[in-house]
Amino acid sequence: MNNALFESLLRLGDNTLVIGHRVSEWCGVAPVLEEDIALANMALDLIGQTQMWLGLAADVEGEGRSADDLAMLRDVWDFRNVLLVEQPNGDFGQTIMRQYLFDQFHLLQLQHLTQSTEDRIAAIAQKAVKEVTYHVDRSRDTVVALGDGTEESNRRMQAALTKLWPYIGEMFAADAIDLEMATAGVIPDPASLRADYDAATRVVFADAVLTPPAGDFAHGGGKTGFRHSEHLGHLLTQMQWLQRAYPGARW
Amino acid sequence: MYAQMVKSEASQEDPEKLAAFQKRIDANEKIEPKDWMPEGYRKTLIRQIGQHAHSEIVGQLPEGNWITRAPTLERKAILLAKVQDEAGHGLYLYCAAETLGVSRDELTEMLLDGRMKYSSIFNYPTLTWADMGAVGWLVDGAAIMNQVPLQRTSYGPYARAMVRICKEESFHQRQGFDIMMKMANGTPAQKQMAQDALNRIWFPALMMFGPSDKDSVHSSQSMAWKIKMNTNDELRQKFVDQTAPQAEYLGLTVPDETLAWNDEKGGYDFAEPDWSEFHDVIQGNGPCNADRLEARNRAWNDNAWVREGMMAHAAKKRAQKVAAQ
Amino acid sequence: MSDPRNEWPLWEVFIRGQHGLSHRHVGSLHAADAEGALKNARDVYTRRNEGLSIWVVEAAQITASSPSDKGPLYEPAESKVYRHPTFFDIPDEVGAM
Ligand SMILES: [Fe+2]
Ligand SMILES: [Fe+2]
Repeated sequence: MNNALFESLLRLGDNTLVIGHRVSEWCGVAPVLEEDIALANMALDLIGQTQMWLGLAADVEGEGRSADDLAMLRDVWDFRNVLLVEQPNGDFGQTIMRQYLFDQFHLLQLQHLTQSTEDRIAAIAQKAVKEVTYHVDRSRDTVVALGDGTEESNRRMQAALTKLWPYIGEMFAADAIDLEMATAGVIPDPASLRADYDAATRVVFADAVLTPPAGDFAHGGGKTGFRHSEHLGHLLTQMQWLQRAYPGARW
Repeated sequence: MYAQMVKSEASQEDPEKLAAFQKRIDANEKIEPKDWMPEGYRKTLIRQIGQHAHSEIVGQLPEGNWITRAPTLERKAILLAKVQDEAGHGLYLYCAAETLGVSRDELTEMLLDGRMKYSSIFNYPTLTWADMGAVGWLVDGAAIMNQVPLQRTSYGPYARAMVRICKEESFHQRQGFDIMMKMANGTPAQKQMAQDALNRIWFPALMMFGPSDKDSVHSSQSMAWKIKMNTNDELRQKFVDQTAPQAEYLGLTVPDETLAWNDEKGGYDFAEPDWSEFHDVIQGNGPCNADRLEARNRAWNDNAWVREGMMAHAAKKRAQKVAAQ
Repeated sequence: MSDPRNEWPLWEVFIRGQHGLSHRHVGSLHAADAEGALKNARDVYTRRNEGLSIWVVEAAQITASSPSDKGPLYEPAESKVYRHPTFFDIPDEVGAM
C-alpha cells in the first residue's frame, strides 16, 4: 500500500466527515428556516465528499474496509482531520466563522486537486470544487453580513474569529507526507496555498469590520493524529454509537 | 393529522356573498389571496395551515435527534435530506399562510408561547434507530394519506404548497420502510428494536387523524369549504388497511389483538387509541411537549441576533447604494 | 415579542428549468436582501435539480391585478378562440400539423 497516499486521503475525508457532522448538528434548530435548509445542503455535500474520499482511501488500503468502516470504526488517534473542523459549533457565529475559515482553504485545496496526477483524486475534486465554490460564497457573505450587522453580531463574530484564529495555521503546515505527495504532483504543498488564503481572508475580514488577532501561533496535532482536542472523542461517541453497540449488524 | 381538531369559524357576512363564494367552491374553483372570502374561511385557514406548518418544523426534532447517530454515511445523508425536506414543508406552508395576512414571525411566536398547536405525534420520543424507520413508515405514511387529497383543497396557495410537498414526501415513507426491512431482517436485537418501535408508535400514529369527527360542526364547515377533504375516521381506516399488511410483510406484530380483516366492510377492524392519552398530549402533557417547545424557543431566541444582524447589514448596504446614486 | 421591523421581507422565486421554458413561479421565501434571497432560493427551491436560472422579486414590489379586473382583462381573450390550434379542424390525411 502507498501509505502517504492513504494518509492524504484520510486527511481529505476526515476533514469533510467531521465538519459535515458538525454542520448536521444544526438541523432543526438554525436561526431561520432558509438557513436550516442551506446548512443541511452543505452538510449533505460534505457527507457525499466523505464517501468518495474515504471510499478511495479504503481502496488504496486494500484490506477490504469500506468508507463506513473507516468513519465508524476508527478511534480518535486514527483520525486525520485538522483541529479546526472538530471545534464545537458554539453559537451560530462560531459555526459560520469556522465554516468560512475552512471553506476558503478547502476551495484552494480542491482547485489544485483537480490537477492531481492521481486521476481518481482529480475526478473527486472536480465534483467537490463546484459544491465548495458555493459553500465559500455563502459562508463568506454571512460572515461579512454578521460582522457588519449590529453591534452584537459584530462582537460575536469578532469573538469567533479570535477563538478560531489559532486553528488556521495547521491547515497550511506541511509534513513529510504532504511533501512526498506534493513532489509526486498528487496534492498541492499546503504551505503554497497560504498566500492566496491570506489575500482572500484579508478582504473578507475588512468587509466584515473584523480585526484579525495579532500573532500567528498555531495549534497542531489533528492532521497527524498526534494530539486531537477533547472534542473529537465526544463527536465520535455519538457518530459511532450504533456500529459500536451492535457490531456486525447491517443497517 | 398535522392539523388536528382545527376549530372553524362561523361567518356572519352578507348571505349573497357567502352563497356566491360557496358556489365557486362547489364548482372546484380555486380561491386566491386577493379574492373575497368569508372572515371565517380566512381565520380557519390561518389556524389550519399554521398548525400544519408548525408540525413540519417541530417534526424535525424527533428525527433530527438521530442524524448525528445514523449508523452509516448513506443513512445519515438520507435522514438529513428527509428532515431538511420537512423544514422546506414548513417554509412553503408558512408562505401559504402569509398570503392570508399573517406574518411568519407572528405565527412562529404563537407556536412558541403555546397559543398555537402542532401535531400530537411529535411529542413522543425517538429512542432507537428503528424509530427512524417507524416514523418514516407510519408517521409520514399517515401524513401522506391526509396530504394527497389536500392537493385539491379550495385555497390556491395551500393547494400549490401541498402539490410540492406531496412530490417531496414520496421518498419519506419509502426510506422509513426500507429501514424497517433492514431491521426486521437483521440480527435478533435489530428485529426486537423494530418491534419495540412499532409497539410504541402504532397508537400515536392512529391518533394523528384526530378523534372521530363525523358529528363535528367544525368538520362539516371545513369540508363544505373544501379545506378538509375526508373525515378523520375515513382516513384512519384507510391507513390501517394500508399498513396492516405491510407490518405482516415485515414479520412484525401490530400491538392490537383485535386487529382482524372484516370481509363485510372490506377493511380491518381495529382498536381505537386511548383518547384520554391523546387529550393529555394536546394539553401539553405528552412525554416530550416541554422539550420540543424549549428546543424551538431556544433556536428562535438564541439566534435572534443573527436575523437582526443580517437585516442591519442589508439596511446599511441599501443606504450606501442610495448615497452613491 | 420580536420587532416586526426585524422580520426578513418576503421574496417571490421564479425558476427557469432545463427545457428552455420561461421562468415559472415556484414559491416564496424570506431573506434580508436580494443577494440573500437568491442564495436561499438556490438552497430551498433547486434541491432536486429543478433549475438553471433563478429570479427573485421582493413580494412588496409586485403589482397584481385585482379579481374585479378579471372580466375586462381576460374575457376579450376568451372570445378569440381562433388563437388556439384546436379551433381548426385539419383532416387526418394531412398528417401532423
Ligand atoms: Fe412533511
Ligand atoms: Fe415527510
